[in-house]
Amino acid sequence: MKKLILFFITILFFSQIKAQDSTSLLNGFEDKTVVEKVTGTFKSTRVINAHSTEMLHKGELDFRIMHRFGVFKNGFKDLFGLDYASMRMSFDYGINDKLMIGLGRSTFLKDLDIFVKTRILQQTKGAKQIPLSLLVAAGYIVTTQESFAPVKPTFGDRSSFYVQLIAGRKFNSNFSVQLSPLLVHNNSTLNPTDDNTIFGLGGGLRYKVSKRIALMLDYHHAFGQLDNAITDPLSLGVDIETGGHVFQLHFSNVTGMNEKGYLTQTTGKFFKGDIRFGFNLSRIFNIGKKRKKW
Amino acid sequence: MKFNKGMHRKVFGILLLTVISLPVMAQKKVFTKSGIISFYSKTAIERIEAKNKKVLAVIDAENNKIEFSVLIKGFEFEKALMQEHFNENYLESDKYPKAFFKGSFDATSLPITLANNTTQKLQVNGNLTLHGVTNAIKAAATIVVKNNLITAVSAFTIVLSDYKIKVPALVANNISKEILVNINIPSLQEMK
Repeated sequence: MKKLILFFITILFFSQIKAQDSTSLLNGFEDKTVVEKVTGTFKSTRVINAHSTEMLHKGELDFRIMHRFGVFKNGFKDLFGLDYASMRMSFDYGINDKLMIGLGRSTFLKDLDIFVKTRILQQTKGAKQIPLSLLVAAGYIVTTQESFAPVKPTFGDRSSFYVQLIAGRKFNSNFSVQLSPLLVHNNSTLNPTDDNTIFGLGGGLRYKVSKRIALMLDYHHAFGQLDNAITDPLSLGVDIETGGHVFQLHFSNVTGMNEKGYLTQTTGKFFKGDIRFGFNLSRIFNIGKKRKKW
Repeated sequence: MKFNKGMHRKVFGILLLTVISLPVMAQKKVFTKSGIISFYSKTAIERIEAKNKKVLAVIDAENNKIEFSVLIKGFEFEKALMQEHFNENYLESDKYPKAFFKGSFDATSLPITLANNTTQKLQVNGNLTLHGVTNAIKAAATIVVKNNLITAVSAFTIVLSDYKIKVPALVANNISKEILVNINIPSLQEMK
């Protein structure tokens, strides 16, 4: 009986080798130590308003125009809001693949903003798996619009700061999610009882409906005492990608397009019809030295 | 059930034969994990090229067979954004992570040899699977054995539409419809 078992084990052993050889010459050669970066979690460095888990690569300059029209609900009188526009224009630059900086100017309160964004973790799959990407962005915003208050605000009074942590995961090639806690500090507030430091929790979603088109959602909830008129920023849209450009078209209640603006100064009530049409346009130029000579 | 002694001898014989014949076979199979595949798209507007230096290739000289396998994500472009678009929009490397080729040397060029100090011009026929689509490929290849170093080169052209790789109208002038593929295997080792 023992011999019989041995015989069958031998047969099994040999037939396995045979099976491997017969299908492909490459069997047994596949490298099992490959670690693959999960790329394209979002299509752009911004979900809609908020920073996304994407970074510029080394030497890339991103010229970005964010545009929000007037509210849709006034109808033809304002050409569905197209008569009015709020804009943020920015230049972002990738110092390396893990560090980028940006400079933006908004028409809303004539805000000027600068930021730095860095990657802490990169989602990977393969031999070494990291389940999510983790990034941190920090910025400074100054309102340069002239004030008509009896006591002129100082430069310090006009300043705001923010820091945001971005944790995102690409679940599959079509579906990505990010959670982004955001801390905004305004040196001055609208009302004396308002909190200077506001905590916001952001959520971003992407669902790809085709190779180049994705549905997007960007929402933040603010925790803390703000003026009664202030609401949570909510934007819904589509990303359309065409070669070097990314067009982001969306409907939102947001006018301010920096972190201080959208978290602490959004007044439109999305579900009461204060919806604006808007778009982001991004064009990337390679201005740095060529990546690597291979 | 019981085995007689003759059966035992036979089993032992087969085993022995296999062990002895293994090293003989091994000399006729060569492989590398660091082959190079590069491709070029040239138009008046833009020149795109990419290179993958981790190509797995096996040549079975005894059976005149050749196989390649390559990870799509391993192709490196000069511009990172091109690489991203290549993976996300054109090759869909999440869905189709690998490209492979399975072929054989043309009968007219047989038998092939891996003997030292030889240069052979060969014809390869086979199937290339790329972006989930398999097509027949015919290409000229050269195998050079010099100082016991086996190298192989080949080049062929593929048509993007054959592999269902769609180029949007907006960038149709930037990307060539036909892509030149170069294969360069700097050193093949004997299989152990």
